[in-house]
Amino acid sequence: MREVAIVAAGMTRFGELWESSLRDLFAEAALEALAAARADHLDSIYVGCMSAGQFVGQEHLGPLMADQIGMAGVAATHVESACASGGVALRSAFLDVASGMSDLVLAAGVEKMNDGADVTAVLASAADQETEAYHGITFPGLYAMIARAHMQAKGTTEEDLAWVAVKNHRHGALNPKAQFGREVKLEEVLCSSVVSDPLRLLHCSPVTDGAAAVLLCPLEHAKRYTDRPVKIRASGLATSTMALADRKDPAALDAVKLSGERAYRMAGVKPGDIQVAEVHDCFAIAEICCIEALGLTEPCAGRHAARSGLTALGGKIPVNTSGGLKAKGHPVGATGVAQAIEIFEQLRGEAGARQVKGARLGLAQNMGGSGASSVVHIFEGV
Amino acid sequence: MPSPRYWREIPARYRLEAGRCRKCGKVTFPARRVCPACRGTEWEKTFLSWKGKVVTSTVVQVAPTEFQMEAPYAVAVVETPEGARLMTQVVDCEPESVQPGMEVSLVFRRIRKEGAGGILCYGFKGVPAA
Repeated sequence: MREVAIVAAGMTRFGELWESSLRDLFAEAALEALAAARADHLDSIYVGCMSAGQFVGQEHLGPLMADQIGMAGVAATHVESACASGGVALRSAFLDVASGMSDLVLAAGVEKMNDGADVTAVLASAADQETEAYHGITFPGLYAMIARAHMQAKGTTEEDLAWVAVKNHRHGALNPKAQFGREVKLEEVLCSSVVSDPLRLLHCSPVTDGAAAVLLCPLEHAKRYTDRPVKIRASGLATSTMALADRKDPAALDAVKLSGERAYRMAGVKPGDIQVAEVHDCFAIAEICCIEALGLTEPCAGRHAARSGLTALGGKIPVNTSGGLKAKGHPVGATGVAQAIEIFEQLRGEAGARQVKGARLGLAQNMGGSGASSVVHIFEGV
Repeated sequence: MPSPRYWREIPARYRLEAGRCRKCGKVTFPARRVCPACRGTEWEKTFLSWKGKVVTSTVVQVAPTEFQMEAPYAVAVVETPEGARLMTQVVDCEPESVQPGMEVSLVFRRIRKEGAGGILCYGFKGVPAA
């Protein structure tokens, strides 16, 4: 396998972007990445997108997006793994370059969620339709059940959940591309309306439009495109049972643990070596479960991490410096690539007010459904 | 949901039909082709008891369009005495009272009205155990 680097990135602002269509969003992010590398060709394109088919009635995104950036003819593939579509698109691009099949590959993610679809119903299609969605469960509902199980098993409280939101909004306030670039107070979170008990509105990521794109090439070609490439040290993908009911412990995200173990093994590093991480905080409880599953905290200490400052900027292991899905926004198919971009900027020292000093090793974890799929990438500044 | 798709699920939804793996004995609901515990493919048809215990639960306040008339409602993961787990609404009680450890009976109920025609769809729901 060849060593692979990210050499450029492009990303739209995240938010309710009424003036941009699905294709506009993709083109903006893709062209920014291509321009940054002064690249005039591509060998292939991977487009991560959960459900343009349901959100805007558009399928067949590979050729559509290649065509939209003037690259009809290039090999292009739509990648879907629910909310992990972006991360799995990145993995597909990584494998394509690592295998020697392609030399210059665009990994992108895009989602247009604010064009009038029944968002709750579309997102619920990432759950088991016959055994879960049929009975009226929603995504906040599934994570609320995970939260309640976590509270039972580990004593996690509503306040612990709220601290995750407070921390991520503090980070998001420093990110000019965030949907919610403002702080929230603990009391605001605890008083926000209940979406699905025990999860409140401010424990939940928002409905977001946006796109993100990165350019990958063999590490040995990287200097053609940038002075500061970021190496992809590892990629780990794992699955768990589709239905939450089929998991022995609903509070343990098995796929996250497994994807992390695979990535750590491939990179030859330990959780304690990671200096900055983006994890999938679609709901506050998810960040707590993910940092535990990834070994970034002790197995029962996840609930204290945001409050104690461990995972805040300036802490031992800053998590979601971008603002996370909570404050930066969560255009589902774009999220995995946007996470990689935050780590890319951190490892290049370009994260501005969010910069983690001297960060050289970073991790991004992106998850689909109620944790039925999870993909972890480990990156190194070179 | 087109009728053949609905019809295929009737054995599980109306009768709690499940599969018991002949190799390892695991009861899987609904029945499927390959045993998730041992990958066995030989099955014996079995039926779940119409009762179980709540493993975890929530109260849905913000519901999908088809369930908006019913919100707020409790949804729970319930484990039956056979060790199978299923997701179900728990009704006929205050939604907030549905908590882990609660014993429920499963009963046959209307689940939803579907589409513009309002086609009725049925299945099981939990109620507080008698």
